[in-house]
Amino acid sequence: MLPARFDYVAASSVEEAIAAKAEGGDEARILAGGQSLLPMMKLRFATPSKLVDINRIAGLDAIRSHNGHLHVGALVRHADIAASGAVSGAVASAAPWIADPLVRNLGTMCGSVAHCDPEGDWNSVLLATGAEVVAQGPSGRRTIDIGDFVQDFFTNSLAEDEMVVALHIPVPSGRSGGSYQKLERKVGDYATVGVATHLELADDGTISAAGVAMTSVAPINRKATDAEALLVGNAPSAELFAEAGEAAAAAADPRDDVRGSARWKRRVVAAFTQRALAAAAEQAQS
Amino acid sequence: MTDTTTTPPEIGGIGHSVKRVEDARLIEGQGNFLDDISLPGMLHMALVRSPVAHARINGIDSDAAMAVDGVLAVVTGELMAAHNLAWMPTLSGDTQAVLATDKVRYQGQEVAAVIATDPYAAADGAELVDVDYEMLDAITTPQQSLAEGAELIRDEKEGQTDNLAYTWETGDEAATEAAFASADRVVSLTTHYPRSHPSPLETCGIVADVNSVTGQATIYMTSQAPHAHRTLFALVAGLPEQNIRIISPDIGGGFGNKVPIYPGYVVATAASLLIGQPVKWVETRTGNLISTGFGRDYYMTGELALTNEGRIQAMRVDMLSDQGAFYSDAQPTRYRAGLFHVCTGSYDFPHAHIKCRGAFTNKAPGGVAYRCSFRITEASYLIERLMQTAADELGIDPAELRLRNFIQPEQFPYETATGFVYDSGDYPTALRKALDAAGYEELRAEQAAAREEGRLVGIGIAHFTEAVGAGPAHTYDIAGLKMIDSAELRVHPTGKAILKLGVKTQGQGHETTFAQIVAEETGIPATDIKVIHGDTDDTPYGLGTYASRSTPVGGAATAMVARKIADKARHIAAHLLEAAPEDIERSADKFHVAGSPDQSVTIQDAAFAAYTNLPEGMEYGLEDVTYYNPPNLTFPYGSYVVVVDVDPDTGVWKVRRMVALDDCGVRINPMIVEGQIHGGLTEGFAMSSMQWITFDDDGNCIGSNFMDYLIPTAWETPRFELLETVTPSPHHPIGAKGIGESATVGSPAAFVNAVIDAVAHLGVRNIDMPVLPDRVWEAIDSAGG
Repeated sequence: MLPARFDYVAASSVEEAIAAKAEGGDEARILAGGQSLLPMMKLRFATPSKLVDINRIAGLDAIRSHNGHLHVGALVRHADIAASGAVSGAVASAAPWIADPLVRNLGTMCGSVAHCDPEGDWNSVLLATGAEVVAQGPSGRRTIDIGDFVQDFFTNSLAEDEMVVALHIPVPSGRSGGSYQKLERKVGDYATVGVATHLELADDGTISAAGVAMTSVAPINRKATDAEALLVGNAPSAELFAEAGEAAAAAADPRDDVRGSARWKRRVVAAFTQRALAAAAEQAQS
Repeated sequence: MTDTTTTPPEIGGIGHSVKRVEDARLIEGQGNFLDDISLPGMLHMALVRSPVAHARINGIDSDAAMAVDGVLAVVTGELMAAHNLAWMPTLSGDTQAVLATDKVRYQGQEVAAVIATDPYAAADGAELVDVDYEMLDAITTPQQSLAEGAELIRDEKEGQTDNLAYTWETGDEAATEAAFASADRVVSLTTHYPRSHPSPLETCGIVADVNSVTGQATIYMTSQAPHAHRTLFALVAGLPEQNIRIISPDIGGGFGNKVPIYPGYVVATAASLLIGQPVKWVETRTGNLISTGFGRDYYMTGELALTNEGRIQAMRVDMLSDQGAFYSDAQPTRYRAGLFHVCTGSYDFPHAHIKCRGAFTNKAPGGVAYRCSFRITEASYLIERLMQTAADELGIDPAELRLRNFIQPEQFPYETATGFVYDSGDYPTALRKALDAAGYEELRAEQAAAREEGRLVGIGIAHFTEAVGAGPAHTYDIAGLKMIDSAELRVHPTGKAILKLGVKTQGQGHETTFAQIVAEETGIPATDIKVIHGDTDDTPYGLGTYASRSTPVGGAATAMVARKIADKARHIAAHLLEAAPEDIERSADKFHVAGSPDQSVTIQDAAFAAYTNLPEGMEYGLEDVTYYNPPNLTFPYGSYVVVVDVDPDTGVWKVRRMVALDDCGVRINPMIVEGQIHGGLTEGFAMSSMQWITFDDDGNCIGSNFMDYLIPTAWETPRFELLETVTPSPHHPIGAKGIGESATVGSPAAFVNAVIDAVAHLGVRNIDMPVLPDRVWEAIDSAGG
């Protein structure tokens, strides 16, 4: 449980961090909370040549509502989100389900998002809410839609000389709600199944926008687009949500593993989608 | 809670919930665990483990490892073989590879060791040892292993022509078969008790310090049985026993994991001997989970022959165990499947027949008594699950079925169908008390109403009886060493005392409870008694702490030696009071002349006199030692009731209530007893709900770290409601029976029975542990629910 040899740089600005990372090439990694990276290094599954520590960079820990979205800086810890009055919907619902209290105290939302672990919870929440990732490179900042950011199993679309500096999560002005349902074997475990939902209601009470995304049941966090399409334009109802649950189950691509059979995981997706939509609707209607 | 105290709090004898004296130093970081030990010139060892489950070794190239800065040596099986140490005996009479020479037989097996000046260099070197493996098919289940034509795993073992590790049977087969042939009803259950792991917080480790001039081997080791280990080191390594000193420092949990001798200990000791410097090896978490001391892995088919009224006539068991690559169960020599034959449980019936086979597989060896007295957990699980099955099959309430079959209080001492003589008990009272506390009748009514609404509620019962405290010398030995234990008590002139034990705490609280026994028996305040244990140069011989034997055997030795001291003190008191010894009586804190309580001296007065003012002809000093050979095992028992709610959509189940009544005889320290029960119930919950060590078809271990092998946290763990009855053991000096393992043994069946009870009306009879939500959902789904 001892990591292989590595270099360590503590950056004092984003520019310095980007330069240090670029210098290290694809073997260099950004260190924020380290709650995924360090365990992987101790198991020698990850053997980065260099760690670029961004914890001393000022200004990256902001969490605030701004221009219709929630801005989450690269050093915002999961615990900060759970404690923040600025968050609502699926984000607020998911925050207490992230890992365990120790991990939440150090781990960052941006780090978890960039890690692109299909068993990570946040990317489902971001897919359901339609969030954007703010990346910075030598030539400045760009925003990347979360759907484009998550490329594959543990793979994001950042360039070697870029780092994630923030997330922008939309905060609808009208009636909205969201929820995250997670089945874990114990506190701190990855999801066996997770479902994030986001609903926006029109003035007539029908669903004007819907997001449904799933954790741990596909090679990447996956949007249930058929379920979303079923929901939009209809009034919330138990029958509609049950139908959406079936659509989400059909969109899932789970595997048999020690957590359970694929057949069963699809049923959990259906049940959780239904429950998470009901919770989202109740929130939007209240 | 029953108040059983006879001493005031200042003395703190039996029955006082004295705070644990060991806690302050452990909590404040002043403990001394194995990894805290650092000796001058100490080197560090890392093991190279096999990444594959079954392969022939064609060669080992150490060049790259030797090139790492700080690496001093790479030890291979070849080097160990040159010193006749490539193989070592196991506690079950098999042999186990120390470092593999011919082939590897499980993933994680020790292949080489790298010795370096610091732990990082050792780990870097271990990465670079290049082993040429020629892959062989892995056998991952005992069923595959015993199938016709299966590859021979133990091809090095003389006379071994198949993968059978052992066979063992007991009971009266003819009488049992006859009872089954004439039975009204036969009920059967086939279930697997999965492989689990004790996973103590502290992994195994050693600092071996062999003096190259004197040959003195000082060995700091995470050992639950330091004296037995000293003798085994002498027998295996050929070192003279007076030159071996095993020091077991503060131990961060054992649970059976630290009973065997592991290859890492042997290699580190050999390395220190060869290099002439101290060598430290501390097992990694993964190393611990994949290579040392698994528990369980029993495939069991149990059957009960019953009358239509539910009276059991006989029990028949066919069991197949997965031993891994080496048969290394830590168990008494005469028993090949531990005390599994205690599987007749708490019930009165005349006939049983038990047939056991064990098979070698390409998995880690171990078979340790994980927080149980040698396979009693499996036995208790089988009978209590069978009782649920019988209740469901016969349509008799599971509580009622147990009450109809219990051994009755007046039947004790009771000889079971397999030859155990239970010491004492009142099972009906215990079960009724637990049922009343749970509100059993109301729960059954609620369950019926819930089913009408499509909700699933289950009420599970387990009434277990353990056989602990091994054990009487005529029956119990490990590697020939009789399972006696000892205590030495030295009372200093000022009346303060040192108690030295053959047993060794790993968290059980010996430093507190054993002092309380002495306080009870002598009147010396418990706070004036220092308890020493774990250092073989400084303590009398004993077989160690496991199988709930500390209190039944070591505790009895402590009471007996304290009585010897108290008796000598009484004679001294008689001298001081100028009375005849037979006229002296002892109260909690004084010796006084019968009928004249004012004419008294204290134990402290007597202690001072033992060194200053003795009666004519008496030997100076106030010290003694006792070796205790228990006349019988002790038989703690308990009644557990669990209530669960099952989500039919997902199969997720939650414990609503857990009522646990334990009868462990006299409770020395009620707070520590409750702590033991809480821990055991948590482990039982873990095994029933989430824990198992799994392997893929190639023999890769899936549960190799705490992300995959799950330890429940306070969040998942149910709230426990504890109850007690106190039925003293009639043959134990203070009536205590042992409590360390009761809850681990008894509770898994209660949790599983609760889930089964929730879905039994759908026709579900079994779900194997761990009762994962998908298994529950699949069971409901396939039952058409």
